[in-house]
Amino acid sequence: MNKNTTEIIKLKLAKRYAKEKRFKLYGISAIAVSIAFLLSLLINISVTGLPAFQQTYINIEVDIDSKLLKLDSQYSEQELFRANYSKVVKQSLKAMFPGVKGRKQKRALRQLVSKSAIYQLRDFVIDNPSVIDTKQSLWFLARDDVDVFMKGGIDRSLPESDRRLKDFQLVWVDKLLSENRLEKRFNVSFFTEDDSREPEQAGIKGAMIGSLLTMLVTMLLSFPIGVSTAIYLEEFAPKNNKWVDLIEININNLAAVPSIVFGLLGLAVFIGLFGVPRSVPLIGGLVLTLMTLPTIIITSRAALKAVPPSIREAALALGASRVQTTFHHVVPAAMPGILTGTIIGMAQALGETAPLLMIGMVAFIADVPQGITDPSTVLPVQIYLWSDSPERAFTERTSAAIMVLLGFLIVMNFLAVIMRKKFEKKW
Amino acid sequence: MIDIEKREEFDIEIDKTVGKPFIDDAKFSTRNVDVFYDDKQAIFDANIDIGKNQIIAMIGPSGCGKSTFLRCLNRMNDTIQGCHISGDIKLDNEDIYHKHQDPVLLRARVGMVFQKPNPFPKSIYDNVAYGAKLHGLASNKIELDELVEKSLIRAGLFKEVKDSLHKPGTGLSGGQQQRLCIARTIAIDPEVILMDEPTSALDPIATAVIEELMIDLSKKYTIAIVTHSMQQAARVSQRTAYFHMGHLVEVNDTNTVFTNPEHQLTENYITGRFG
Repeated sequence: MNKNTTEIIKLKLAKRYAKEKRFKLYGISAIAVSIAFLLSLLINISVTGLPAFQQTYINIEVDIDSKLLKLDSQYSEQELFRANYSKVVKQSLKAMFPGVKGRKQKRALRQLVSKSAIYQLRDFVIDNPSVIDTKQSLWFLARDDVDVFMKGGIDRSLPESDRRLKDFQLVWVDKLLSENRLEKRFNVSFFTEDDSREPEQAGIKGAMIGSLLTMLVTMLLSFPIGVSTAIYLEEFAPKNNKWVDLIEININNLAAVPSIVFGLLGLAVFIGLFGVPRSVPLIGGLVLTLMTLPTIIITSRAALKAVPPSIREAALALGASRVQTTFHHVVPAAMPGILTGTIIGMAQALGETAPLLMIGMVAFIADVPQGITDPSTVLPVQIYLWSDSPERAFTERTSAAIMVLLGFLIVMNFLAVIMRKKFEKKW
Repeated sequence: MIDIEKREEFDIEIDKTVGKPFIDDAKFSTRNVDVFYDDKQAIFDANIDIGKNQIIAMIGPSGCGKSTFLRCLNRMNDTIQGCHISGDIKLDNEDIYHKHQDPVLLRARVGMVFQKPNPFPKSIYDNVAYGAKLHGLASNKIELDELVEKSLIRAGLFKEVKDSLHKPGTGLSGGQQQRLCIARTIAIDPEVILMDEPTSALDPIATAVIEELMIDLSKKYTIAIVTHSMQQAARVSQRTAYFHMGHLVEVNDTNTVFTNPEHQLTENYITGRFG
């Protein structure tokens, strides 16, 4: 090389390295910013949501008096079921706070415990009939206001009119606290109960089962349809055919259609035309299938395209038919990519709310769905519903449900990574 | 330096294939074969016989159509969009492009080894057993084991891999992979083996092993090989065909082609004046 040329290159070298360093710096700062956003989001959700995994319980000395229950010495199972448990709870509370006078205060006293206390007592008595006419020390769910207070959500220093708990109620709570009758425990019912208007009773089991059933329908429909479409378009369809091109363009466009449009389509076609029931996992799954199909088709086609053509030639030259070539060699080689695409599509569907609002899955449903034709809701819609509720205690439940949903998404993405590793083949 | 514009081969007429394109006892015979990729003609009027249990080498500069011609012989060109072929190609006097001819059956009779070794991402055993399983050539596991072993022995690979039959075929060296591909091809016992530059991706030692193997295999199989190496053509083949810009210029005994070429273009090529 000419000495002069070397000089010229040397002169520019420092500049070139500086450029490289600058570019690296941009990249690192971009990553830092996104990590900062992600962390602040996660921390915010965790701080708000974590308290929901604990729930305040209240201890009451219950006098299970058969007279209060209006039970005779002989009673049938039905009479036991219908007995007046609410009176027992009321009287037991009164006995603990003898000084309470007036309708307003009496009502406030009742509202220390959750309404579910009546049913809890009923179930307890039915399971153990021998407790009738005895005194039992039982733990019941506390009302949401007490729960919020216990978690530091109510400020004593505020004027009484701005507080959910009035002064006299605070006295009761303090008394209960000094007698160790208020306790925070792990909130099992958040995972075992369905939605409820009472925050302390509301759980996500119904939404989780609904999500699971909806995902099942989506998976069973979109995976076979999507993958076979991709295989046909990539391996068998004639190239440079205007119909194939048209289909391809349409699939690519569908991937960019706002998801709520799929909800409208589902409402018009599946519900309006075919009469599929509303608010059920079946219709949710159908609509989410429409939404997921383009993702699955596009990623599967990319995976199939990435299989080296030499593998196809090798199989064809050995006398394999095109179907054999495709299913013996090409599809197995593309499987990791296909599965990754499918799981990403599923994860997208799991977090989708908008199209489900259109097909009635936004209804308040306080029942666990038993099958794909039972009314149900799904996790993201449950989050949406709770975020809309005025009760303070729903705030933490909203964040807790988001944490559960994020947990599911992380598990699914983790699965995608494992599957890719497992099916990956070295060329 | 050669001035491209003045390269003399552009002025030389290619009229008719010279030499001895036709022989008795032909395995393959092609007459008036034209091949088009969409509108572009890749092969012009190829007439040639390929003899039984012989090796025929096809040589010529890049893009001259020799690979295209080879791929016509087992209808691998069918898979290429826009490729169409006219003329007669007969294998044992049967038209292989006849509408009743099944390409799957044809490819079982006419095997192919490619330029770049392309073992399936499966075990060595499964690579060799695949074709046999596909065509149902072995009725049980023992027969299949025997067939795999026999094919690997014939391909000269058995000694090297007998302890690792269930390891991936893609883990072998380039030369071993190519021999694995040959073993895979002969496992279905074809009548003809087409080889498209089988050693161009290999080092000289692996090339020598494969060339020996070809000579050995030619006792049983008819072999057509496309090669860029004239030495290779001279070493292994009985007959040589020279292609130039889609035209089949000259076909003759290998000795004659390399010592006394009839056509000016052939001479230019083998003396290294272009190509």
